[in-house]
Amino acid sequence: MATLDIHAHTADTHDHHDEHEHEHHEQGFIAKYIFSEDHKTIAKQFLISGLFWALIGGSFSAIFRLQLGFPDANLEWLKPLLGEWIQNGKLDPEFYLALVTMHGTIMVFFVLTAGLSGTFSNFLIPLQVGARDMASGFLNMLSYWFFFISSVLMFISLFIETGPASGGWVIYPPLSALPQAMSGSGLGMTLWLSSMAIFIVSSLLGSINYITTIINLRTVGMTFTRLPLTIWAFFLTAIIGVLSFPVLFSAALLLIFDRSFGTSFYLSEIYIGGQALHNMGGSPILFQHLFWFLGHPEVYIVLLPALGITSEIISTNSRKPIFGYKAMIGSMMGITFLSFIVWAHHMFVTGMNPFLGSVFMLLTLIIAVPSAVKAFNYITTLWRGNIVFTPAMLFSIGLVSFFISGGVTGIILGNAALDIQLHDTYYVVAHFHLVMGSASFFGFLAGVYHWFPKMFGRMLDEKLGYIHFWLSFIGIYLVFFPMHYIGIAGFPRRYYSFTSYEAFSTFGDLNMFISIAAITTLSAQLIFGFNFFYSIFKGRKSTQNPWSSNTLEWTAPIIPGHGNWEGDIPHVYRWPYDYSKPGAKEDFIMQNVPLSQTPESNLPFEKDLALEEK
Amino acid sequence: MPTINVTTESGMNAKKFALWLFIVSIVMIFASLTSAFLVRRAEGNWIIYDLPSALWISSFIIVLSSASMHWAYVAAKKNNFPTAGKAIVVTLLLGLSFGYTQFMAWSELVDQKVFFAFANPGGSFFYVLTGLHAFHIITGLLYLLVTWYKVNNNKISSKNIIQVEMCATFWHFLGVLWLYLFVFLFMYH
Repeated sequence: MATLDIHAHTADTHDHHDEHEHEHHEQGFIAKYIFSEDHKTIAKQFLISGLFWALIGGSFSAIFRLQLGFPDANLEWLKPLLGEWIQNGKLDPEFYLALVTMHGTIMVFFVLTAGLSGTFSNFLIPLQVGARDMASGFLNMLSYWFFFISSVLMFISLFIETGPASGGWVIYPPLSALPQAMSGSGLGMTLWLSSMAIFIVSSLLGSINYITTIINLRTVGMTFTRLPLTIWAFFLTAIIGVLSFPVLFSAALLLIFDRSFGTSFYLSEIYIGGQALHNMGGSPILFQHLFWFLGHPEVYIVLLPALGITSEIISTNSRKPIFGYKAMIGSMMGITFLSFIVWAHHMFVTGMNPFLGSVFMLLTLIIAVPSAVKAFNYITTLWRGNIVFTPAMLFSIGLVSFFISGGVTGIILGNAALDIQLHDTYYVVAHFHLVMGSASFFGFLAGVYHWFPKMFGRMLDEKLGYIHFWLSFIGIYLVFFPMHYIGIAGFPRRYYSFTSYEAFSTFGDLNMFISIAAITTLSAQLIFGFNFFYSIFKGRKSTQNPWSSNTLEWTAPIIPGHGNWEGDIPHVYRWPYDYSKPGAKEDFIMQNVPLSQTPESNLPFEKDLALEEK
Repeated sequence: MPTINVTTESGMNAKKFALWLFIVSIVMIFASLTSAFLVRRAEGNWIIYDLPSALWISSFIIVLSSASMHWAYVAAKKNNFPTAGKAIVVTLLLGLSFGYTQFMAWSELVDQKVFFAFANPGGSFFYVLTGLHAFHIITGLLYLLVTWYKVNNNKISSKNIIQVEMCATFWHFLGVLWLYLFVFLFMYH
């Protein structure tokens, strides 16, 4: 860290410090790449770990889609991979539940929370607000390594004999609390809870750092109304994290006590094989309240960073200022606030008071307002823009599409009366995979395509990017659109097989279609995997500002060193969206260009500001 | 290895700010647990017990320890580090005796046949709330120990003041948190 101040010193007394400086830059391999305190390295660690988990979580869905689409198929060929989980050419039913559970857990927490927020908050916050590093590089490093330990525990749980946690990613007790309920509620669940407790610590350390950095370490001139929307999104995401993850910790702690210490917070009057358990007086609904108090904000922890990334990319590649900058901030604040008071809409069928249900319904439907504001702002930014179709831009537009088509079904599900019919059917699965899963994952991919040059100094291949986009975009709609019909037909989620019920004999071919589409879409992600790792080493060299973007990270060297800028940190004189400003020489003016240098394009109020600069 | 950057746009100290955020996350843990307590209690089937008398003593001790911590802070502000060190030791000892009194409260409850496990959640909640608070007290004691060490061995005084100030903030927070839990348990046990 001592390197941070070195550049400033060497500017005037260069020759004296030459040797000295050299010493400081020679970090060992471990300090530089493993236990690094540099936010850019930590971001890449989160990115690679996130991709690794995405591969695992994605493969799990391929396996259970095989079971759902082809219930009669002989899966003996998977035996080398799954071993005893394949019995007589059939997937073990308990393992099917484990696959579904782990797919959800991995995707929600490890890929779209750690992989998305961890990568881009770490990478972009210091670079875009103009800071040398995070407020505390040490805590930031701890945040990654706690995540790593948590990952290792979760990974180990995949290989134990009784199988990983299988009670669904929401781990409702008593199913998750009693090892007698299912084999996955034994050691697998213990590992799940330990892993998540450590994950929460990691997430809190990260969030505290992000908020502190954004509030305290902005460069001169970077006021809150000049922050890029990415930073606003990361900021609000971190606030949600600090407020909601501790509640999941409480929920998990009480569950740990129930499972291992004999308390009865969630368990009551349970008989197993005619034998009464000792537990008296617990309330399983209590767990659901605690869980969903995190669980619902978690949706926005996943989605907001993707929306922030999209705002930035759409504005840059439409060559237009973002439409409604302050409305965007306001709607994100609205979403943040509302996300804490709608959790019970996941619990309409728990027998809650119908009046309370209608209160939560009303609050839930209000979320449609800020969400619609965001969707309209994206579309109006694109409207009559001078659009550059980079792969990142395509993925951002794809996000807007998923956000709308998935969001509309949210209005349907938010109605208590309709939800009671559709609860726990594939309609819900289709809804959240579009609006939260696919949209956030597209935001993640858009971010990788857009900031890859800044991360690795090279470009991702565009042609492969286009192929990747179209296969994913069409594929995802082919998977999740038909799923709505299956849900309306009443197919419950998490069922191993539908062949034994006469009522569900109708949609067998549609399930097969979905499975084929899903596996094709997942295979298309391998194109991205190849592109990513190939381009790190062999990609085309990037220029300093390949997308002609305005934000501060593009003023740093192509591969920024530890400390980000050589010499002084740039000052900021304008908001980040001066694209195609009337009268300007070029179609973009970077944030560090003083108003006094652009008299030809200044607006009336900026002329006064320009005078003040001198 | 200074891990904190200089402040630029705003004049706040980043470390202090991070501490406050840390406190917010602890508040959320206890807020969720006490809400869970109330939600569960409203459903009935809930045991009633006498609040252990030791809690009155421990509350008194923790208020005293906050006072001695404030004494350390005032002394540090005046660059009087030997006195600040002594005041921190006093706080440490008071903190330890707070922990001991809490333990006494647990034994009182056990005498009343109110147990943590294999029992009604009404009693279990008492142990979880006090136990989790005690865990934070232990982290607070470690923090005091580190601060005491730095005050005794560090020559740069401005850094010491921030260290003592942050430690005091955290310790006062633990005190206030306990008083909240005490009033809460007093009203709803």
